[in-house]
Amino acid sequence: MAEKKKLGAYICKGCGIGDRLDIAQLKKTATREGKFAFAKDHDFLCNSDGVKMIQADIDAGEVDHIMIAACSRRAKTDAFRFDNVAMSRANLREGVIWVRPDTEEAEETTQEMADDYIRMACAEVKFMNPPSPSGEQGRVDHVLIVGGGFTGLTAAVEIAKAGYKATIVEQTGNLGGIARQLYKRIPTKAPYIDPQDTGIDALIKQVEENDNITVHLNSTVTKTSGAPGRFSVDISQESGSTKTENFGSIIQASGFKLYDANKLPEFSYGKSPDVVDQLGLEALAKAANGGAIKRPSDGKEVESVIFVQCAGQRSEKEGHLNYCSGHCCMTSIKQAMYFKDTNPDIDTMVVYSELRTPGAGGEDIYRSGQQKGVTFTKGIVSEVTPNGGNLKVKFKDLILDEEVESEADLVVLATGMEPKSGVNIDAIIVEEEEDESEENSKTIPIVPAESVLNLDYRQGPDLPQLVSGFTDSHFICFPYETRRTGIYAAGPVRRPMDMKQASEDATGAALKAIQALENAALGRAAHPRAGDLSFPRFRKEGCTQCKRCTVECPFGAINEDEDGYPVFNEARCRRCGTCMGACPVRVISFENYSVDTIGQAIKAVDIPDEFDEKPRILVLACENDAYPALDMAGMNRIEYSAYVRIAPVRCLGSVSMSWVTDALNNGYDGIILMGCQKGEDYQCHFVKGSEMAHTRMSKVDDTLTQLQLETERVETHEIAISDIQRVPEIINNMAATIEKIGMSPLKF
Amino acid sequence: MSSNTIKYRNSFLREVEANVEEGEWVRMCMQCGVCSGSCPLGPHWEHPPQELFMMIRAGKREEVLSSSSMWMCTSCYNCIVRCPRELPITHIMHGLAHYAHKLGLAPKNQPTKKFAQLFWDNLSKKGRVNELKLGLSLYFMNGFGEGIKTALKMKDIGLGMYKAKRMNPFEIFGGHGCKDKKGLQAILKKAREIEDAKADQYPKV
Ligand code: SF4
Ligand code: SF4
Ligand code: SF4
Repeated sequence: MAEKKKLGAYICKGCGIGDRLDIAQLKKTATREGKFAFAKDHDFLCNSDGVKMIQADIDAGEVDHIMIAACSRRAKTDAFRFDNVAMSRANLREGVIWVRPDTEEAEETTQEMADDYIRMACAEVKFMNPPSPSGEQGRVDHVLIVGGGFTGLTAAVEIAKAGYKATIVEQTGNLGGIARQLYKRIPTKAPYIDPQDTGIDALIKQVEENDNITVHLNSTVTKTSGAPGRFSVDISQESGSTKTENFGSIIQASGFKLYDANKLPEFSYGKSPDVVDQLGLEALAKAANGGAIKRPSDGKEVESVIFVQCAGQRSEKEGHLNYCSGHCCMTSIKQAMYFKDTNPDIDTMVVYSELRTPGAGGEDIYRSGQQKGVTFTKGIVSEVTPNGGNLKVKFKDLILDEEVESEADLVVLATGMEPKSGVNIDAIIVEEEEDESEENSKTIPIVPAESVLNLDYRQGPDLPQLVSGFTDSHFICFPYETRRTGIYAAGPVRRPMDMKQASEDATGAALKAIQALENAALGRAAHPRAGDLSFPRFRKEGCTQCKRCTVECPFGAINEDEDGYPVFNEARCRRCGTCMGACPVRVISFENYSVDTIGQAIKAVDIPDEFDEKPRILVLACENDAYPALDMAGMNRIEYSAYVRIAPVRCLGSVSMSWVTDALNNGYDGIILMGCQKGEDYQCHFVKGSEMAHTRMSKVDDTLTQLQLETERVETHEIAISDIQRVPEIINNMAATIEKIGMSPLKF
Repeated sequence: MSSNTIKYRNSFLREVEANVEEGEWVRMCMQCGVCSGSCPLGPHWEHPPQELFMMIRAGKREEVLSSSSMWMCTSCYNCIVRCPRELPITHIMHGLAHYAHKLGLAPKNQPTKKFAQLFWDNLSKKGRVNELKLGLSLYFMNGFGEGIKTALKMKDIGLGMYKAKRMNPFEIFGGHGCKDKKGLQAILKKAREIEDAKADQYPKV
């Protein structure tokens, strides 16, 4: 197949490459060893003249597979972007001349390094094809929003403003959700002094009046199938009627419910009507509507009120929430202001252990509360008991270090937010497995939950959760992005938050949803390989129906047909390649990324024989964090061993064990896998890829032992993008290890 | 239970706000502890400023007003400079001390308190400080014998000040004063009346 491909190599001499390396030699490597039809050099390949030269060759039909030897594949991506060709890049700048000293002694090994990168890039591109969309695409300019609370409404308005259609499915008979239960909201604008109107009625009106927004009340989503660009969703009315509609993407804004304060008997919730949670207080304030707030038990005007922060949250106690809900300190300050603003003589005390007021206005809101005379006491409340007509509050004053008691007419418990994220699909899997294994093994009880999305996916009906029931999305690096492509989580279902953050969330998710449906229409990948046209294909003849790909795909992209063969949903796929790395018979591949492209690049490296004392170390580096860290080491001119050969991979999850075994058999002396941080606080851009790779690699010792090799020869590392100093150290340490344990005996 | 006796109600805080110089700032303290950590004398205080502020909010009237703590303040202003909430802590310390003294709650025999009294008595007579007399009264604060000893110890400094015209021995016979002494007394009387009227609403001891 390689014969039909028109192969051309372009080697840049700019940025010092021409001064440091023997370009004629590199060209020879490309043509003689790489069997390329031609190799051209240019003084400055990324300038318009250089780019024109390449484009002219493409236009003339001289070349359809190009190898560019210049800077890192992460650099000059705009210049080196050519349509309808397959392309690979040899990293001679960040990967060679910038990490090697410019000395006479180093010259030979530096040149060898460069030659190998040419060999690798030539081999890689030979096994690539220009990717093109599959034709499976759909385009629907319509976003489904599940949840008609503040977040959902905001998202709908944003989507409509951007010229797309939105449909809101709301379970209850009203729009507005919890925001409608509030008297006022936390101030959002400078000077952040007074509680502010919620604005929810105006927002609802905006939604109702917008022709591009459809609202279904008393409705739920009873089935979601398809993929981004062509989701098919059953919307069922309470009355029983169901209607099926198509959507391009989905926003899940299913919101939260308040932690049940009945689980806190020590605070007498339920025992005394004068102990309320924050929503209870909102109801009292709404009833008072600016007048004196009356306590529920006897209607007496409240003269003293104590706010108990972190009630049943930020606590490791059984049944408590172990996280901070983020808004409740500010909510209590706001609520204390309800009292102070009507009558400054009312005693309002907030008992907190740490007062947390995040956001731009947080500190000002706190000060405003103090200014208005709200007292703040650092302490931990242990008990609230009815005492005559009043409530007795026992707490430890953490500043004065003593157990004390106070009294109040009313006590407000700042309980936390619990996400309404539907079914915990991981819990279901656990239950199934345990059932299968042993009949009387104890099954993990799953809290019955109604599914929000009812996804018709093999992997379960709802979005995967990370911790504490919140949907899995990376809070910082890629918020809203869930593990189901084209479905975005926004608002408190994603993480605890206040209305301000929820409105930002809604806007962000709206933009992501629009981007997703547009990308899907063109057959392009979503985050993080946004724009990638390639998608996984599998050779059915070779497939053993082992289901590893379906199980390991972090994004639920693969279903199974009746015979147990995988069915890839291209638009749901993020192109991580985890399925490719998982497949034991190596039948999954992408046009531009496959077991062959990397496997052949690994094999193309020239392995000097044992007595040359020139070891070879293979680094398989995740292109998201580890590879940029390596590039930055180059930019900082941090030297590392000349014996290393680095191959970027889409995700550590895509690493096929065959690459490792082949490399060892070919005589590599050491192998380093560099991926992102895994686990609960993962940094992996494909969420589970790094974790999968680590699990697979935990068995590599067996392979090494079988080959009678030392286990030190293969290492797996979690690398952050900022590990600029660490990556060269890891490489150099491996070089030192090899010096100690000796060269691999498997060189031929 | 009257609201005055319930802990953590704001009655004492309100009293401080009404009667203590800059007392209205106490509510703004966020309990970070920077003042206590910044105070060079902090370790010697029974209750450093942060704690005093919390005690005020907790309604510990007697403990605060009879404390020797605020008398320890040397007016170095470290805390004021550092307080993230910009509380005029130094002034509040002096305000508290003054208020405690006024109510007769300040600890007896507190040296700073004694000196402050001497200083005030000296100043309020003529509107000017008579340094010679102030120095002498300070020496003899703790008795005659002690006074003689201190005076002898300080004689070289006194001589030097005399030569440099920094001290006038004739000040012992009356000394200088401001022009309108009557006016001064009237001002002070009026001020005291205003303060007393405010403080009268609160129990003395
Ligand atoms: S594992 Fe990755 S590449 Fe494979 S189908 Fe899933 S998302 Fe796509
Ligand atoms: S530094 Fe200021 S805010 Fe901090 S404890 Fe002292 S007075 Fe309070
Ligand atoms: S001004 Fe007073 S309270 Fe403040 S640091 Fe100095 S001595 Fe301490």
